Amino acid sequence: MNVIMDQEQVRRAVIRIAHEILERNKGVKDVCLVGIRTRGAVLAARLREAIRQIEGVDIPAGVLDINLYRDDLAIISKQPVIRETLIDFDVTDQKLVLVDDVLYTGRTIRAALDALADLGRPACIQLAVLVDRGHRELPIRADFVGKNIPTAKDQEVKVVLAESDQGPDSVVVQGGAA
Amino acid sequence: MALLIKNARVVNAGGEEKDLQDILLEGGRIARMAPSIEANGAEVIDAAGKKVLPGFIDLHVHLREPGREDKETIESGSRAAVKGGFTSIFCMPNTTPAIDTAQTVQYILDQARKVGLVNVFPVGAITKNRAGVEITEMMDLRRAGCLGVSDDGRGLMNAGLMRRALEYAKMADLLVMQHCEDDNLSAKGVMNEGALSTLLGLKGDPVIAETVIIARDIELARYLHTRVHFMHVSAARSVDLIRRAKAEGIQVSCEATPHHFTLTEEEVRSFDTSTKVNPPLRGREDVLAIKAGLKDGTIDCIATDHAPHTHEDKEVEYDGAPPGLIGLETAFALAFQELVAAGVLTLPQLAGKMSLAPARLMGLANKGELAVGKDADIVILDMEREWQVSKEDTASRSRNSPFIGWNFKGRVSVTICGGKVVYTDARTS
Amino acid sequence: MSEWKHKHLLDLQDTTRGDIELILETARSFKEVSSREIKKVPALRGKTVAMLFAEPSTRTRVSFELAAKRLSADTLTIQAAVSSLAKGETLLDTALNVEAMNVDLVVVRHQASGAPQILANGTKMSVVNAGDGCRSHPTQALLDIFTIHEKLGRTDGVRVAIVGDIMHSRVARSNISGLIKMGASVVVCGPSTLLPVGIEQMGVESTTDITKALKGADVVMALRMQKERQQDSFLPSIAEYVREFCITPERLKLANHKALVMHPGPTNRGIEIAAEVADGPQSVILEQVTNGIAVRMAVLYLLLGRRAE
Repeated sequence: MNVIMDQEQVRRAVIRIAHEILERNKGVKDVCLVGIRTRGAVLAARLREAIRQIEGVDIPAGVLDINLYRDDLAIISKQPVIRETLIDFDVTDQKLVLVDDVLYTGRTIRAALDALADLGRPACIQLAVLVDRGHRELPIRADFVGKNIPTAKDQEVKVVLAESDQGPDSVVVQGGAA
Repeated sequence: MALLIKNARVVNAGGEEKDLQDILLEGGRIARMAPSIEANGAEVIDAAGKKVLPGFIDLHVHLREPGREDKETIESGSRAAVKGGFTSIFCMPNTTPAIDTAQTVQYILDQARKVGLVNVFPVGAITKNRAGVEITEMMDLRRAGCLGVSDDGRGLMNAGLMRRALEYAKMADLLVMQHCEDDNLSAKGVMNEGALSTLLGLKGDPVIAETVIIARDIELARYLHTRVHFMHVSAARSVDLIRRAKAEGIQVSCEATPHHFTLTEEEVRSFDTSTKVNPPLRGREDVLAIKAGLKDGTIDCIATDHAPHTHEDKEVEYDGAPPGLIGLETAFALAFQELVAAGVLTLPQLAGKMSLAPARLMGLANKGELAVGKDADIVILDMEREWQVSKEDTASRSRNSPFIGWNFKGRVSVTICGGKVVYTDARTS
Repeated sequence: MSEWKHKHLLDLQDTTRGDIELILETARSFKEVSSREIKKVPALRGKTVAMLFAEPSTRTRVSFELAAKRLSADTLTIQAAVSSLAKGETLLDTALNVEAMNVDLVVVRHQASGAPQILANGTKMSVVNAGDGCRSHPTQALLDIFTIHEKLGRTDGVRVAIVGDIMHSRVARSNISGLIKMGASVVVCGPSTLLPVGIEQMGVESTTDITKALKGADVVMALRMQKERQQDSFLPSIAEYVREFCITPERLKLANHKALVMHPGPTNRGIEIAAEVADGPQSVILEQVTNGIAVRMAVLYLLLGRRAE
């Protein structure tokens, strides 16, 4: 077990991403956050708070459940529980920042893009992740990354966030042959 | 040719199991019974370790011929009967045409003789074409060979007509065998009416559909001083009514089926149409009451109501399936398991329910017991033989049995009818 | 929340409270999908759902069809009148033919209680009961429970009065099964001839007194009263039924303030329910229809959106 990020590092990563989002989009105009259930939604809420602290403005934030758009429904053994997608703003012509905890194969993001396409036509979609662990299976990349972590495929990256999990924030790499 | 059964442990109704005896059969009769008889050229069957009983008599069988030979024929039904240890069977008149004339009776007797396995006694219809309107020519039916009349499958709903039938049948010396069902009350019900029929959303056939006919006919028999026989009694209340009528000296008799003393309505939960039967399977308390009625003599005999139906007819929705199940081949095993092994009856008492009592009810003086001079209708039972009911090992043309897959101990080893071996269990021979 | 373990949905008697809660939770997400501009998700893409309807029903069939389509499944419908069911082909044979077309799930409506069981036993397809005889109509009960939960925020302790022809109602039976599992109390009310034997053993109160039934009710569910009941001697006349049992504005006042008025549809206005009540502010009859799609989507998703064995 190898601790990659602790509570403080996670906090700083979120603040840095918030700054980068503002910088890239030249402010908060038309910027909306969409977190992928469950930890992406937690991170989106934190980014929204960080942006409010920096800019003094509340930007819209929604929650996206991508399970209905997964391409592996027929092969995973345990059926995911479907929860509500809570996006109470019109995404059309907005600059959406999709938020997730770990970017890995890219399949989750592919499903999220499909889901967002069914909700409207955003001006653009950017991607923010806390951790990018590599091994992409689709041509997808993140716009904002908390930390890049080289991993082996047989390792597991475990993200703990206080709001959704037991215990303080952390990112840990477990297992693997090494 | 003479037949000699060696080392027979004879079980007669009412008696004790006798010590080992030899039984010599000659000319269709029991010629001698003695501790040791010389073969003198007779064919010998060694019954050592087995029980020897009078051949079973079933008052209630549907042979389906003429009319529905795809379900059963006199031949296939006879084979099923001897496999179950039956040597005399009474076949119900709900055929096409119905057994309502001497000609049809004669046809059945001719066919049965050609098959030559078992004594077949056709039961004539009470009313022409079983329509419940005009009574049949009962004197003619009697002369042709009928011993009883019934409109089985339907109860005789018209009380006035039932009165005339009882009076006329008495003159003809025919036993009126009533299918106890008020069809206004049963109202196309498909299972016992109660909490379970409500839960399953199936139309209920209430106990009262049976009991109001029994109560009515008890009053008719009492007033008219006639006999009446109630077929396939299924409910505790029916047993009560008959018990009281008998105590009053009214000439009533009745039969119960193995499925009604074995299964409850719970079986219907599966929606398996082999559990659909008329009268329907009832509750646990009814099953217990039937056993009690058999024990105390209220219920005279066991009859199978063997009712074959094709796979096609049964493989439909529960509502649409015809009622009935086959019973000849499993009757003894069920009776032994549910009654004898369970301590309700002794084996000699069971011989009474399956042989002597039905013989007496139908006036067959030479059947129903093993004694010198009586008909050589005999069943030899291997009580150690373990077997499983299977579709493959079924002599009946039909397979509609809820007992497929059941395991039993005790099976018919040899059946002898009229002094002739008509069935031998392949495994014991 | 419990994991979904069933291959079929035949009768709510076979489900647990956890199962029902999972369906409701899943249905909530699907209700959101149905409110979108693009009312479609790809979850069941490539799956085929057949509607085998041996009894006329437009509403239930259309609701299932829309549910399947919004999940991107392909659908086909076999109606009794135009199909081989009318030609003496058995239900099972028809179903085996449907299965041979590689259908994944069959939604069946049949006039005989237990008919869906035949398909579940005789084919490899998932089977959803869309109403069999007087026995069961599980998705109707689920959408009713969903609607009650949505409107009242709970099902525990909710008092539901079901009024009408209880004997012939599969909707009543399924609602009783489901509502009791969900902690509600149920009173059934109707003419004595239409209260089936032993209904109390399903855990309900049973009464012929409409006042007693409606008093304190949080939900009043009226059932369709069929005119044939008069011919079968269950009722002396429809007029007498209306006088004694119709849910009128006056009678509705006996129930709790803001009690929900429900009906499985189609309504016989002026017979089991007064038009003013059916169209009144307490009526959620049309919301039941809307929720029906979400609930059926949830059921189809849970039955089909899993690993192919």
